[in-house]
Order: sequence, then structure tokens, then C-alpha cells
Amino acid sequence: MADLTTEFLGITSPNPFWLASAPPTDKEYNVRRAFEAGWGGVVWKTLGADGPPVVNVNGPRYGAIHGADRRLLGLNNIELITDRPLQTNLEEIARVKSDYPDRAVVVSLMVPCEEGAWKDILPRVAETGADGIELNFGCPHGMSERGMGSAVGQVPDYIEMVTRWCKTHYDRPVIVKLTPNITDIRYPARAARNGGADAVSLINTISSITSVNLDTFSPEPSIDGKGSHGGYCGPAVKPIAMNMVAEIARDPETLGLPISGIGGITTWRDAAEFMSLGCGTVQVCTAAMTYGFKIIDELTTGLNRWMDDKEFKETSDFVGRAVGNVTDWQYLNLNYIAKARIDQEKCIQCGRCYAVCEDTSHQAISISQDRKFEVIDEECVACNLCVEVCPVERCITMAPLPIGAIDRRTGTKVSDRYLNWTMHENNPLTKVAE
Amino acid sequence: MKPGSIASGISRARLSLEELHQNFADLHSPFNQHEAVVAADRCYFCYDAPCIAACPTTIDIPLFIRQIQTGQPENAAQTIFDQNILGGMCARVCPTETLCEEACVRHMAEERPVEIGRLQRYATDRVMQSGVHPYIRATHTNKHIAVVGAGPAGLACAHRLALKGHDVHIMEQKPKAGGLNEYGIAAYKTVDDFAATEVDWLMQIGGIQLTTDCMMGRDVFLDDLLKDYDAVFLSIGLGGVNALPIQGESKDGSVNAVDFIARLRQIDDLTKLPIGRNVVVIGGGMTAVDAAVQAKLLGAEHVTIAYRRAREAMSASRYEQDLATSRGVRLMFNVQPVAVYGNDRVAAVEFEYMQTDDHQLRGTGETFQIEVDQVFKAIGQNLFDVPVNVAVTDGKIDVTDTGRTNVPNLWAGGDCARGGDDLTVTAVAAGRDAAEDIHAVLMVSGCS
Ligand SMILES: Cc1cc2nc3c(=O)[nH]c(=O)nc-3n(C[C@H](O)[C@H](O)[C@H](O)COP(=O)(O)OP(=O)(O)OC[C@H]3O[C@@H](n4cnc5c(N)ncnc54)[C@H](O)[C@@H]3O)c2cc1C
Ligand SMILES: Cc1cc2nc3c(=O)[nH]c(=O)nc-3n(C[C@H](O)[C@H](O)[C@H](O)COP(=O)(O)O)c2cc1C
Ligand code: SF4
Repeated sequence: MADLTTEFLGITSPNPFWLASAPPTDKEYNVRRAFEAGWGGVVWKTLGADGPPVVNVNGPRYGAIHGADRRLLGLNNIELITDRPLQTNLEEIARVKSDYPDRAVVVSLMVPCEEGAWKDILPRVAETGADGIELNFGCPHGMSERGMGSAVGQVPDYIEMVTRWCKTHYDRPVIVKLTPNITDIRYPARAARNGGADAVSLINTISSITSVNLDTFSPEPSIDGKGSHGGYCGPAVKPIAMNMVAEIARDPETLGLPISGIGGITTWRDAAEFMSLGCGTVQVCTAAMTYGFKIIDELTTGLNRWMDDKEFKETSDFVGRAVGNVTDWQYLNLNYIAKARIDQEKCIQCGRCYAVCEDTSHQAISISQDRKFEVIDEECVACNLCVEVCPVERCITMAPLPIGAIDRRTGTKVSDRYLNWTMHENNPLTKVAE
Repeated sequence: MKPGSIASGISRARLSLEELHQNFADLHSPFNQHEAVVAADRCYFCYDAPCIAACPTTIDIPLFIRQIQTGQPENAAQTIFDQNILGGMCARVCPTETLCEEACVRHMAEERPVEIGRLQRYATDRVMQSGVHPYIRATHTNKHIAVVGAGPAGLACAHRLALKGHDVHIMEQKPKAGGLNEYGIAAYKTVDDFAATEVDWLMQIGGIQLTTDCMMGRDVFLDDLLKDYDAVFLSIGLGGVNALPIQGESKDGSVNAVDFIARLRQIDDLTKLPIGRNVVVIGGGMTAVDAAVQAKLLGAEHVTIAYRRAREAMSASRYEQDLATSRGVRLMFNVQPVAVYGNDRVAAVEFEYMQTDDHQLRGTGETFQIEVDQVFKAIGQNLFDVPVNVAVTDGKIDVTDTGRTNVPNLWAGGDCARGGDDLTVTAVAAGRDAAEDIHAVLMVSGCS
């Protein structure tokens, strides 16, 4: 049985699954129940500066995108940071941490962009005995308009500056939580590292409008007939989050910077994928908000079995394993040639592959009188569209042509030579070999 | 055991009114909105979908399912009605397991097809319950067409003709329109007087005059109709019943299954309908199954369907057979009745075991008897009283693909004509196609 115990920035937790800073971690009651359910750690719901707490809207704060059978695919929210008094939160954090010393308790913070504000709050957080802090530079709504959250996260200089203040006034690990609402995620990550961050965590939510009510013409969730962009999260954002994680993991300037992965993690498989892209821990919000804390049982047992199957003893055995395989398009091997293959035994003759290839791809699938669908190798460019639209798993697969075989589309032999775009004759920038 | 079900002989009120209501409730409950969307999500939107070809009225099934999925059952209903104006009834009575749903690729994939019939009902119910009739007649053509028989074929033909702007006069011998929808289909497939509701809804198109209690051959005559109207469509179904050529078959207690069913369909209070304690149904089609199941639901203790060939030859689908057995009906195969015994009333039926060699049915000589109080004969219906000049082959009126008979200006379709499958949906298709052909012919020739 693999060991899920995770050490991240010197913080140990019995498993790499933390609850992200959000409603599931908003108060002692929730966090205790999460720990009882088996979660490895929490990032406490973001605290703000002392004084009158923020106020949330009093109408709906969530919108969603649903798939078949109302399966929640994407969630959007216009909630702010905690709306409970600072002192209450700090007392609860201290109590929980002392009762659960083996779990990770990290405190998320968002205070104005002035050194004094950070200097005030950090000692009080340190007193709670929490394991570290996470700087919320990500919240895309409400707080950003007050010069906090993503308003800071979108300006690398501010990130660096605030991170440095925190490193100066606090002696435990500092994690910088990044906003995805930016063109190139590497810049804020580099800024965090330059400011001395111990790790980055990503992603926070993506600015979004989930739907428009076609009767009232108000965006949803609608507050008295008006809507505001909210933050998008859940399964739908996973691909975006993973790309950003990978960009940071393979950036020479941030190489080795620990990452806590967040964004759409719903199953053990999602977690394993994030971790293989370099995340030492993963954080979950929407999945818990959709199914409750109990999913932790599936997450831990699932990751455990997969690790056993792969003979990984501990999570560090596979964290970052996929990073080396993430590359730029221009380095992909253009001499790798595949063709779609349809397993006639599995085919149920829906004809979706035919419709899409014929209408939108390369006219590379034929249909016979008796609805037999076959790939025309002369036309197939191996785009994979048919594979993705086929409702039967593994009915259509992509088979690489062996070296030396003839690609019937181009009439050329499959070469064993690695050839990428930088070397290709059609590339105007390719230097002629001397 | 309730005293009612073991009362001997033929007796009424074997079950309480409440039990009867339960027994005769909707066979498949209608989908609510969530169920419909979940069921619709299972459709793959196949290319040139096989289900469309498997529907005798070629409804664009993937399209209407997608319309349900995107929250517009009204558009879905329009897609259905454009092809099949009795889409509401068909959604309830079509043997989908041998039609669209059998062709569904998910049937091939996992033996669980998309529930097309129930989705069709969801969409059509939404529109029909709103009372809206989503069609407007074309400009008046001043053409007049007579339709004889107000079953599915006649109604579909009349609606399409009215839509095109023609005036239609339906003549129906019975007091109510609907044909077997009203008098034949099993009660639990068409609850809440749906057949009559559907006729009323369909008539909203306008331009259709319905005369009931009007029988061709008694009150009106084909020759006159052909003279008085621009075209005539015969949709008279199969009015006759095949006789059982055995000794004793006409004793009291031996009745035609269709008559029993017609009575059941028209009775207000099911506790007033007597049923035997021991019932035997002779036959192997949908009528036999319906008679047997409904006998059982009325409280008969023992109900047996006796069919002379093997199970595979039975024209009732496997689904219908299973429905019967699930309601406690016993199915016997390869048995043929040879005599009905009893003094003045039926008391027993003697059967002979049969063998089928080379498609030839022959007796084995071995016989047995079943005690009965009631015998339902369901060995088929036949064409009844067609005017002599209309050509008939193998008991059905000869027609072309579009329903033309050998007589000029005379079309025919539905159960009475060749080419259908003796199903509601094939009758609808025949009526619709004949209407299109009549329209094409009348508008070209301009004859009046
Ligand atoms: C018991 C039973 C159960 C069935 N169950 C199903 C089922 O579940 N699903 C399914 O798809 N099909 C079923 N069928 C078959 C289906 O009902 C018929 O195929 C369909 O009704 C045929 O339509 P039609 O319009 O051709 O004839 P009919 O429905 O028979 O209508 C003919 C009409 O013409 C009238 N008529 C006849 N002669 C004259 C005349 N001389 N003058 C004036 N009017 C006349 C009749 O009174 C009748 O109203 C069943 C049939 C029976 C008997
Ligand atoms: C209702 C809600 C409130 C959130 N509040 C915070 C917050 O206070 N601080 C923070 O750093 N992130 C907050 N988040 C973002 C989550 O921590 C997380 O980064 C994001 O939801 C992506 O992860 P997921 O796809 O697992 O939900 C919030 C998310 C939701 C849905
Ligand atoms: S891989 Fe693309 S081009 Fe090839 S058959 Fe499939 S859809 Fe067509």
C-alpha cells in the first residue's frame, strides 16, 4: 500500500488533498468535519484586514453549467472573502490546528496593498499556530475593484513587493495564489519567486458569465435584474489550470518552485494528472461543493490503488513525471504519422465519425450501404476528431504507422528521423544545413 | 385470495373499482421534464439515423430529441406532427421495440435504446395539452374529398388534405371516430380517453366534416361518393373476424376478442364488465395478447394464450409476450384447438399438439383439455364488404405505393389495403401519403 503522506514546504499532511480556500473552509465547523472525513489539509477561507468585515450579496451568488443529467460541469461565484470577523476566524484556526496537529492548516490572506496592513495581520496569524499562509492574489470580482485580489495578481511588481513584505514579517511558508486572468502565467509566478515565495498555488477562478436569462436579459446569477462577472471553477476549468501549472513547472526561471495545483480537481485521476505536472499538493473546492466532503474517500483510495499499480511508494515518486513531456508545438515530431482505426466489432454504427469527418474534417471516412464505416487512409490526417466524437470508448483509435510503412495520404515512407518545424523545409526560418 | 377472483363462471366485479383503476393505469407513466431531458441526452444524434428509416412515418427522431434536450418540446412536437399527425397515439401504441427503438444504435450497443416512444409522448403531450393546434390551412381549393372510415388512416388522410386547403367529409359507421384507437387498442395504452381527445385536437385544423353512424353500403354508396366528390379514400380497416372452424365454437361464452375489447374500451365502469374465472385466448397476435392481459387485469384467475405455432412465429413481439407473462398470463405454443365442449355454455377446450415441418403445420395426434368459462377468439380480422369493382388480393385492397386503387379517383390505405403492417403507424403513413397523392393529382388535373 502506497504512502500518501505528503511533505510540502516542510508542512506534512496525511495525504496531498487539501481543501482550497473557499466556503468549505470558511469556519471551524466545516473544517473539523472535513478533517473527520479525512482531508489532508485546508487553506482557510481568505481573511481580510481587521475592522468591519466585507458584506456579500444577499441574492444568489452561484451560476453553473450543466452536462447530461444536470451534472455540474462549471460553477461561477460572486462571493467575496470571509464575511466573518477576523478575530473569530483566528480563534477558530488556533483551536482547529491544535486539535489536528497532523493536518495542514494554511491561512489565506488578502489585505490592502500597504506594508502596514500586512505587518498588522501577520503576527496575529502566526499566533494561531497555522502552518503557513497563502496570498490571495486571485479573486477576480469585488475585491479586485478595491485594489486587492486579482488587481494585485495581474501586476507582477505588486506580487513581488507584497510577497517580500510577507517573507519579512512572517517566518513560516508563504504560498502565492495566482490568478488565471492574465495573458502569460509565467510572469506572476516569476514575480512570486523573486519576492521569495516558497510556492505558488493555482488557479484561482476565471472571470466569467455563465448564462444570460433570456426572459429578463440579465446575466445569471441575477441580483435584482443585474449580473456581474464571477469566478469560474469546477471540471470545466481543469484543462486551463493544467496548462498554467505546466507552463510554470517547465519555465527555467521558476524551475523547482513548489506548486499546489488547483482547478477542477474532481477525481483521484485529476489529482494524479496535476501532480504529474509538478504539483506537490492539490486543492479542491468545487468537487467538495458539489458532492460533499465524502469524495475524499474516493480520492485517497483511488490515488492509492493507482500508485500501487504503478509501484509508486510515495507521491514524490511521480510528482513532476510529465513535465519533461510538455514541449512547444514547434518541437513536435512531424515524422510521427498515425491513422484512425475503427474496430468494427465495437462499432455501433451511429455514424458520428462520418458526419464530422465529412462535414468538418478531411472526408476520410466512408459509409457503405449497410452502414459500415471505414477510414480512407489516403485522406486521413490523424486529427483525432473521430476518436473524440465516437460514443464508444476505444472503438476508434489512432494507430501510428511503423517506420518504413507508406503513408497513403502523401505517398511517402515513414521516416525514423525526428523532424520538427524548426527543421522543416517549409519553415522560412529553417537554416539550410551546411 | 379475494372471493371475487375465484367466483366460478363468468362474473363481474372480481376486483374492486380501485384495483381495476390501478390495473388499467398508464402502462408507461409519462416523463416529467427532468426525465425527458435525461432520456434525450442519451441520443447520439446519429448520422442518417437508423431510427428514422425504421419509423414507418419517417419522423426525424434525432432532431425532435435534440429539440427536447434544448428545452423546446413544442418544436419537437412540430417535427413529429409534420410527419405523423397521430404522433401522440403512436407514442403510446407503437411497438417501438420492433420499430425505431430496435434500430437505435444504443440498442445494439447496450440493449437499452433511447426511449423514443416516451420522448415522443412527452413532446406531443405538451402541445396537445396546451390545446394548441399548430397548423393553419392553406387557401381553400374548392376540392371535395370523401374519406370512408375514421380510423388512423382516415384521420391522417383527412388532416393532410384539409391542411392543403381541401374540404373533407369523413363518413364513419360507428358512433365515435378513431377506429381501433377508440375501440381496439388496449385500455392501459391510451388512458384518459386519449383517442377521443386526439380526434378533437386533430379536427381543429378545420375543413373536416365528420358524419358518424354513417355506413358505406347502407347509408352511402361508393358509386355515389365517386360521383359526388373529387376523390374518395377508403380506410375501412378490417371489419370482419376470421372464424374458428371447429365444433362448438359458437357456444355461449365464446366471443371474438375484438368485441370483448371494444366493449371494455367503451364501458364506463369496469366493475360492470363480466369476465370468466378460467379464460382461454386463441391466437398469437397483438389482439390475443391484449385480450388476455386485460382479462387478467379484470381479475380472471387463469388466463392462457394458446397459439398453434412456435413462439418465434407469434406476431406479437417478444416485448408484448413478456408483458403478458408479467401480468400472469400463461403462453402455450404449438397447440391448436380441435373442439369446444359444454352443454349450452363453454366448459372446456380440447387442443392438439402441433408440429411445424418445412413450414407445414400438422397435428401430432396427441390432445389435452383445458377447463374454461370463457373463450376469446383472436385469429385475425379480415376485409369486410368491399364494393365488387375494387380489386382485392389476399384479402386486402390492391394499392400502389401512394394508395391508388384500380378504380379512378379511388384511393385506399391502412389495414384494409396492401402494404401496411396492420399497425396504427403504418395506417397513418398510408393516409398521409394517399393525401399527398390525391392533392398532387387534383391540383394538376383541375377536375372538379
Ligand atoms: C385489439 C387490437 C389491438 C391493437 N393494438 C395495437 C397496438 O398496440 N399498436 C399498433 O400499432 N396497432 C395496434 N393494432 C392495430 C391498429 O389498431 C390498426 O392497424 C389500425 O387501427 C388500422 O387503422 P385503419 O384506419 O386502417 O383501420 P381502423 O382503425 O380499423 O379504422 C377503420 C374505421 O373504418 C370504419 N368503417 C369500416 N367499414 C366502414 C364502412 N363500410 N362505412 C363506414 N365506416 C366504416 C370502422 O368503424 C373504423 O372506425 C391493434 C389492433 C387490434 C384489433
Ligand atoms: C464560492 C467560492 C468562493 C471562493 N472563495 C475564495 C477565497 O475566498 N479565496 C481564494 O483564494 N479562493 C477562493 N475561491 C477559489 C477556490 O479556492 C479555487 O481556487 C477555485 O474554485 C478553483 O478550484 P475548483 O475548480 O476545485 O473549485 C472560491 C471559489 C468558490 C467557488
Ligand atoms: S482522424 Fe480526422 S481525418 Fe482521420 S478519419 Fe478521423 S476525423 Fe477523419
